[in-house]
Amino acid sequence: MRNLCFYFQVHQPYRLRTYRFFDIGKRHFYYDDYNNRITMQRVAERCYLPMNQLMLKKIEELGNKMKFAISFSGPAIEQMEVYAPYALESFKKLVATGNVEVLAETYSHSVASLMNKDAFKMEVADHKRLMKEIFNVRPKTFHNTELIYSNEIGADVAEMGFDLILTEGAKHVLGWKSPNYLYVNAINPKLKVMLRNWKISDEITLRFSHQSYTVDDFVNWLNSLPEEEELVNIFIDYETFGEALDASTGIFDFMRYLPDAVLRKTDFQLVTPHQIVDKLQPTGVFDAPIPLSCQDEERDLSNWMGNDMQDDALATLYGCFKKVKASKDEELMRDWRALQAAENFSAMCTKHQGGTPYDYYINYMNILTDFINRMK
Amino acid sequence: MRVLMFGWEFPPHITGGLGTACFGMTKGLAKNGVDVLFVVPKAHGDEDQTNVRLLNASDVTVDIDHETERSYWDRVQYMEIGSNIIPYVGPEQYELMVEEQRHATRGFRSSVFAPRYEFSGKYGANLMEEVARYALIGSSLATKYDFDVIHAHDWLTYSAGIAAKETTGKPLVVHMHATEFDRSGENINTDVYAIERRGMEAADLVITVSDWTRNIVIEKYGINPDKVITVHNAVEPSDKSLDEYERSGLKNKVVTFLGRITYQKGPEYFVEAAFKILQVDPSIHFVMAGTGDLLQKMIKRVAQLKIGSNFHFTGFLKGNDVDQMFAMTDVFVMPSISEPFGIVPLEAMRLKVPVVISKQSGVSEVVEHALKVDFWDINGLADAIYGICKYKAVNEIFRKEGKEEVDNLKWEYAAKKIKAVYERAMTLRN
Repeated sequence: MRNLCFYFQVHQPYRLRTYRFFDIGKRHFYYDDYNNRITMQRVAERCYLPMNQLMLKKIEELGNKMKFAISFSGPAIEQMEVYAPYALESFKKLVATGNVEVLAETYSHSVASLMNKDAFKMEVADHKRLMKEIFNVRPKTFHNTELIYSNEIGADVAEMGFDLILTEGAKHVLGWKSPNYLYVNAINPKLKVMLRNWKISDEITLRFSHQSYTVDDFVNWLNSLPEEEELVNIFIDYETFGEALDASTGIFDFMRYLPDAVLRKTDFQLVTPHQIVDKLQPTGVFDAPIPLSCQDEERDLSNWMGNDMQDDALATLYGCFKKVKASKDEELMRDWRALQAAENFSAMCTKHQGGTPYDYYINYMNILTDFINRMK
Repeated sequence: MRVLMFGWEFPPHITGGLGTACFGMTKGLAKNGVDVLFVVPKAHGDEDQTNVRLLNASDVTVDIDHETERSYWDRVQYMEIGSNIIPYVGPEQYELMVEEQRHATRGFRSSVFAPRYEFSGKYGANLMEEVARYALIGSSLATKYDFDVIHAHDWLTYSAGIAAKETTGKPLVVHMHATEFDRSGENINTDVYAIERRGMEAADLVITVSDWTRNIVIEKYGINPDKVITVHNAVEPSDKSLDEYERSGLKNKVVTFLGRITYQKGPEYFVEAAFKILQVDPSIHFVMAGTGDLLQKMIKRVAQLKIGSNFHFTGFLKGNDVDQMFAMTDVFVMPSISEPFGIVPLEAMRLKVPVVISKQSGVSEVVEHALKVDFWDINGLADAIYGICKYKAVNEIFRKEGKEEVDNLKWEYAAKKIKAVYERAMTLRN
């Protein structure tokens, strides 16, 4: 049997409020509560609840043949606890079936792995603790924010005790090689590397709404793969279902019929990452000396760093790490985590049309100034 | 003595400093026994007319025969409006105004010569049409009222002033609040330049708001120095205090730039000086308040210098927010490259905020208790800001003496000088 691995990301960042210069030193509340609440509740209604129900039903129907993985960011869990506890309950039910592997990641959906090793470790440890507390699980498979990866980061992750990491099957790193195999880290071969098949993952997320894409298309594609390609990884944002792609597109039906079709018409089985890691023989080294990600055509880091605004904001933020850590102040720690979210830096990206990177930078730096001020 | 005064705006309907200055001036003139007939393109009816009689140009009908029309038409040329000829308006606001008025624009020639004309009195897309119409009304009005002198403010009203002079033979004084070089640097709008120059040449006497402006008028417009007189602007006294406002939440000093973020205001020098100061004292905070075409460039530069956690942008501030900003400010900086006068530092001083101003500003000629530097001298600028932040004595003196000094810059005194200019113009005529 060959292996098909679905992995879903559940994430909602804290959206920041308009924070003016006049607020600095006076008001230490940084979040757009209203926006955060209505967004979380909308996503819970449109995506989390119906999709969880669907997946639960599949598990009931197919039993142990229905397997997949989910990763939860800290802010998503926190906001669910406050604004949509019913959604969190439904996720707990899903995880309790034992058919779902919960993955490890950074607590804040941060880019700490690129900035500061200690901060990165702290992010991962905090997330581990949260997963234990909420789902009573100990994740063994790691995936970094937006699949950011390099040989270095992989080695750091191995050092933290993980033996498997998921990342992007970036074309510029793979060259002629196929993502449909298991690889190992270039520095520490004990760390196995599973690669996202971006072509088929994107086909589902991006093309589904534009052109007709059916379960049969997917099954045919699986059957067309060379026989020796034994592992296909599909990583998708959970919010794709019902939120990014409206229910009217038929995306729920797609997921409803896909598992049965795969099991019946192909020689693939549905697996979780850690379930098969020891069974497969790695075929080679995935060598990524320069960090990559799953973002944009370039699959590089330019979404979060590289322009002056992003670099200033990141340097200032991570420049505070030692002080924050030493403070042992829970309120400071909470804000520190929220300010780390990768979205803060992609909002300062000037590559794309639209958006207001300059305004975002100004607002963010005002908040950061207040934050730094509180530590004095 | 009675003056027929041509302005473009009058409080409370103002977009910038010109209306405020005209209001203070007319009050001061009243105290000196001068009656003012103040013409605006559009009167709204709620203006304070205690010291002035406001004439609404929109109410004036014009009856023109064919001959007049032709001779007049020869002198009026159609001009494209660029945002740089509009005083006191940022590029974003300008875009908005043009959009609003685009639909309303009719045939230029037919509307200028229509018997009735409704002015907007704004700085919109059909500004030139309004300027031309305003001139036509100048002569029409001049025959209906009795007065001794004509006084025209800024280029928008010069054609009206000239027309009134030609019709009545009364002396004309034109008032330069800003030159095209202040607004646009070296890339001037030559049509506006031509109107300014024609106005000054036709005038019996020219008033400039500073010696800085007087030099520009003499050097770049070739106006005879004998007929150019400087009368510095003043400010209205105010008992406003900052006590009711919040102080800054930062424990550190705050240095503020407040104004349009355009080439003329020298925002780049402020950013560079901030960087220098932060090398020595990383605790000081800098604020750039306002908007303009250089805003993005400034944000980029701040990020590039990695001083974003000490350098803040507020966007455009108005009303109470301006005073709130002053209440949080320890040093106010105006590094203008060319500032005909510059009223904002006086407002800061009046609220007991110490100021650093460029020598290339008119206001630097009238205040003693301010540090003055060349706009290009970043080290000097940094030194001055740092000094006021750090050394208590100079800070205290500036706060106290600065206020007293500004409180004595009254329009009443400035108006006395203007009255003397009127008298001289009348003597020249007779």
